[in-house]
Order: sequence, then structure tokens, then C-alpha cells
Amino acid sequence: MPDRLTRDEVEKIAALAHLELTPDEVERYTPQLADILEYAARLAEVDPGADVGDATWHPGGDACPQRDDEPRPSLDRDATLANAPDGVADRRSNDGGFFRVPRVLGS
Amino acid sequence: MTAGPDAGYGPSPAGTAAEIRDAVRSGRRTAVEVCRACLDRIEAEDQRWHAFTAVFRDDALARAAAIDRERDAGEGLDRPLLGVPISIKDVICVQGKLTTAASRILDGFRPPYEATVVRRLRKAGAVIVGSTNCDEFAMGSSTEHSAYGPTRNPWDADRTPGGSSGGAAAAVAAGCGPVAIGSDTGGSIRQPAAFCGVVGLKPTYGRVSRYGLLAYASSLDQIGPVTLTVADAALLLGVLAGRDLHDATSVDRPAEGYTAALTGRADDLRVGVPRRLLEDADTGLDPDVLDAFDRALETIEAAGAVLVDIELPHAAYAVPAYYLLAPAEASSNLARYDGVRYGARAAADAGGALGDRTASPLSRMYDRTRDAGFGAEVKRRIMLGTYALSQGYYDAYYLRAQRVRRLIRGDYETVFDGGDAGAGVHAVAMPTTPTPAFRLGERIEDPLAMYLGDIFTVSANLAGLPAISVPAGLTRARLPVGLQLTGPAFDEATLLRLADVYEKTRPGEPILTPDA
Repeated sequence: MPDRLTRDEVEKIAALAHLELTPDEVERYTPQLADILEYAARLAEVDPGADVGDATWHPGGDACPQRDDEPRPSLDRDATLANAPDGVADRRSNDGGFFRVPRVLGS
Repeated sequence: MTAGPDAGYGPSPAGTAAEIRDAVRSGRRTAVEVCRACLDRIEAEDQRWHAFTAVFRDDALARAAAIDRERDAGEGLDRPLLGVPISIKDVICVQGKLTTAASRILDGFRPPYEATVVRRLRKAGAVIVGSTNCDEFAMGSSTEHSAYGPTRNPWDADRTPGGSSGGAAAAVAAGCGPVAIGSDTGGSIRQPAAFCGVVGLKPTYGRVSRYGLLAYASSLDQIGPVTLTVADAALLLGVLAGRDLHDATSVDRPAEGYTAALTGRADDLRVGVPRRLLEDADTGLDPDVLDAFDRALETIEAAGAVLVDIELPHAAYAVPAYYLLAPAEASSNLARYDGVRYGARAAADAGGALGDRTASPLSRMYDRTRDAGFGAEVKRRIMLGTYALSQGYYDAYYLRAQRVRRLIRGDYETVFDGGDAGAGVHAVAMPTTPTPAFRLGERIEDPLAMYLGDIFTVSANLAGLPAISVPAGLTRARLPVGLQLTGPAFDEATLLRLADVYEKTRPGEPILTPDA
């Protein structure tokens, strides 16, 4: 089992999870998450191991049915864009019908 | 609070969903009278409990008036929830109404579509009166993790109502409608039902469509009712259950006649009791809860059911397995909240101390939106899940938890198996929770302590099984205790039958009433 979780690791996880934590948050969450992970380590006591134990991914098993691949109506575009912080409605124009976001390249 | 028949409306035998439906159907009461009484009750009482995040007064009264007109014209009299006021947990989409998940990150979100369960309830004649408070994105066991402030327990305002469907359970306990719809990922219907002295049913995974439920952990989430009686839970399941093409996990099995299944008989049933799990010191079982549970077993035995000692050898590992798997799924499901398609967005140049200064404005906007928009518990679970899924830790945490999940499911398959290898029980009985409702603030800074309280509820989600919490009397401090019954997949009918017999033969009034 890995060593106790560190501050640096919490900062790395936060970056992976797209969370910009404050230093106070890192301070607070590090011991809490470390305690939980240490507790979770007890799963090793009963784990039959990868060679023996099947995993259960989903209680529905293999039963998930697939629908026929036929086109059907979906959500109205402008109604959907109305929820966006910076949605640009207007399906009639070439200048509308999309979500606007900050610059993707550069800083 | 005033409660019982004198209040005209409340947690009393005069106010179950079935009784309201019958009264509206026969014309003894109008849907508008019932709806107005419910709305007035919410207005008068809910400042104390904060069970609701929104009340749809005008819409509800308009809908009730329409039902009365239809009734007068003789239309739709056979609708099973005719005129019944119902609230919806605020993680389930009600078209056009603010749906918050009790999170700041969804600020201003109005779903452009209706959840399947809401559509089914409306079609059955129900009147949607409001949305109920919960832990943010249904992550929590106390309803303290709500961006809109905690809900309080109607039995003791200094205590939590449980969670995450704490608003739903508190609303029903406080007489603010006979039925509330909740969701249950690790006990979020059953635990608050137990803490508030009402009935909570988590159906089998796949029984009820989750279309329109804001996903937390998709292999565990299930929608179900919080009610005053087991008979109402049966009535509601009949409305909610059924295949939905919008949810690929909903199964192609028609709803059964759950109300007709309540025959009042339990003398053909075998009930398993995992005594060793209850006596395990790590479980932290409160002596008053154990006492109430033992009395419940006596009642079940007196009704003719046979009690059987069983083993659930891996049940003690359900909490650690759950608190890796559910966060792992949450970290994936909640990736969609990034300030682009809905809710709040933080400015790319705002605040933040640890951010990568070389990141693009878009990336900084994501990170800051999510840090500002999510509360502490959601962040903890996203990080736990991200860690458990990350390279180097995936095998030791996530994959291992999935294998233990298989063992937990196998424990239940063995006890339900009627062959030589199994115990052949129809249900497993446990207390719903190891303790009665805890105090506000008691566990808020100790997440692990909060999680350990879910020891008896998370197994049913990991195994996909139906489970119900039924009121089982009070502790010496007059706090409700819940009896949990868990059954084989898709056999809600037998589970409800046993729960109904227990409810009706338990000493005291079938419906518990807080008299604070």
C-alpha cells in the first residue's frame, strides 16, 4: 500500500481534477484524504487478487440494452444555450448557436 | 409544531397519499384544498426545518385546479396519485424550474427537459409542490453539505435529518406533503428516512429510470420514494417503475402490482439476521438502536416469519469499497461542470493562488469555476476519485474495490439462495443506521466518521439490491430508529409485503409523529 498522502500529492490530484485549491484548502484536505485512504487500505485484507477475483463494475451486468440507431429529436439548441454563462443563441445566423469560452491558447 | 388529525393535514393517518387520492377521487376533498393545505404548511413550518429549496406555489395550485376540473368532468379518475402533493429532491430535473443540486456551480440552471420520474408522477395525477434540500450533488449523510444551508430534523432541530435526501425526509416528517422523491447512492433515501421516522425505499438498480437525475455515481444511483407508510411506498413504486428508453440501465420489466402484493401475511417468509456484523465493535452500534432492532425482530417473528442467523462476511468492507468507487464515478460525472454549458463561471483572471500561471485562460477558468462552485465534500470526493483512478493507484484502490464489490454481492447471493449452499432467506434485516440522528456539526470536519455511519446502507447499492427503511420506534431520547430490510434483485413485492406486516403489527401507532 502506498505511503501516507502528502501535500504535494494533493496539489497534483487537484490539478488533475481541474480544481484550483487555496493553500488553506490543501492544508485542510490533506489529512482528511490521507485518513480515508488509510482506512480504505483494509480492502487488501479480503482482496482475492487480480488472478482470482472478478470485478463487479455494474449491478446491471450485461443486461444494458441498446436502442436502435435511429435519429430522433433532441433538445432545442437555443433552450440549451440559454443555460450557458456565455451561450450565443440564434440558430439563423452564422454568428450564433454556440458556447463561447475564454482563449484556449497562450496565457 | 401541531401535528396529527387536528391540524387537518400532517403526518397522520388522515394524510397518506392513498387517502388523499381516495378523498379527491370521491369528491370529499378537492385537489386545491389539499394543495393549499400543503403549501400553507410549508410556509408556516419550513422556516424551522429548511427542507425546501424552492416552492412552486402558483404552478401547484394551477395544476390542482386543473385536476379538480378534470375530476368534475369525470376524466382521469383512475390516476393512482390523483391530487397528491409531492416534492422532488433538488438533484432531479423539473423542467423550467431552478434545479440546483444544492450547489453554487449550477447557479441559475433551469433544465430544458423533465426527469422521467417527474413526468410519470404528473401523469399519475400528482401535484409537484417544490424541490427539497440535500447534500451537494447528493454527496453526504447529513444535508449539511448544501450550498443553501442545512436542513434540520423535525424530531430535534439541533440534529441533522440525515442525508443526502434530508430535505425529503424532513418534509414528510414535518407534514409538508405525504410523499417526497429522493435518490439513494449509498443510503441517501433510507438513512434520512430512519433519522426522521418515515419510510424510505431504494428500488433495485434498473427498476426506476434515472433520466433527469444529476448523476453522482452511475453504477449506484437509484431514485425512490420517502413516504409515511409502506403502502404509500408500494403505491409510488408502481408509478415510478418501468423501462425508459432515455436510461439505458432501466430494465425491461413492467412494474408489478405492489399494492396488491401487500397481503398482510409474512408466515411464509424467512428473514436473515447478520448477528456477527451487528456485534462487531467497529460497527459502533448504539445500544438503544440495537434494542429497537431486537424488538422489531420479535414483532417479525410474532407475525409468523422465521428468523435465520446469517453471515455477510464482507459487509464490513462495504464502506471502504463504496468510498473509493462512488468518488471515482463522481470524479468522472462531475467533470461536466466546468463553467461552459450551465451554471456559474469564474473569471479566468480572478483569485487563485496555486494556479499554473502558464495555463491558458480557458484552463484557468475551468479550475477557478470548479474551486469556487463546488463545496468541500464534493471536492474531497472528486479528489479521492481522481486519486483512486490515477496511474499507479488504480490497481491498489479502484480495481481492488471492484473485486471486493463482487464479494459483497456474492454474500447476498448466498443468503438469498434457496439451494444447499444458501440460507434461502427472503430478506436481510439490519438497523438502517448504527446510531440515531447526530447533531449538526458533529461530523462535519471528520469525513471518515461521517462515512462510517453508512455501514448498513451502502451494501445494497454496491450489490444493486432493493432495500427499505421502516420506522422501528424511538430511542430513550425520543429519536427515531429505522429497521432496514434488503431483498433479492427485483423482488420489491416481497420486501414491501414484509415491511407492511411489520409496520402494522409493531406496537404503537403505525406512523410516528414528532411532537416537539
